[in-house]
Amino acid sequence: MAAQPQSASSANEASPAINAWLLPVLAAWLIPGAGHFLLKKTGRGALIFASVFLMFLFGIFMRGMMFTPEKGADYLSSLINYGGFICNLAAGAMYLLTTMFGYAQPDMPGDVHDYGTKFLVTAGLLNILAMVDTWEIGTGKKD
Amino acid sequence: MPKLNLSHFEAAFLFSLFVSVVMGITTKKTNPDRLHYGAYCFGCFMLALFAIGWAMKLGHG
Repeated sequence: MAAQPQSASSANEASPAINAWLLPVLAAWLIPGAGHFLLKKTGRGALIFASVFLMFLFGIFMRGMMFTPEKGADYLSSLINYGGFICNLAAGAMYLLTTMFGYAQPDMPGDVHDYGTKFLVTAGLLNILAMVDTWEIGTGKKD
Repeated sequence: MPKLNLSHFEAAFLFSLFVSVVMGITTKKTNPDRLHYGAYCFGCFMLALFAIGWAMKLGHG
């Protein structure tokens, strides 16, 4: 019974301070790789930035579609729209800037457009991976 | 704004490259492991690309 408070206090000691990882994770969302730069992992940050940025840029150049959070005709369409929107949003400043400057490509048939849409979504997903990696480095779970 | 018209192979190659780089970096803890895993992922993507490509070509006749 006496061991419980002790383990609870050791768990509290083990949990890292929020300011150790919150700013890097937010920076990582806004600019891919920025979290790694803030945590002095410049090589990895540069590679992540190059990969996510180029993935997003190719998606735009291929005229990929940005998803909007709207209800579709059925449940699956709504799931795709909301999921795609979250993935697009995960690209951070690149998504915010492109939509702010009026990029609104409609969904068109064609393999190049389709690849472009996948590139835009995947750029966001890769940035989520980078954000999780930043969090792991910030909390000391990873070097 | 320029418009790119990449072939299936070019688009899939670029996709594989970028995804492999980020997966290698984010999933492993040491630089040699990152390099090996990134190369492994890229190899798997390429293998799947050629295998599925040939399967579709042979399937369509």
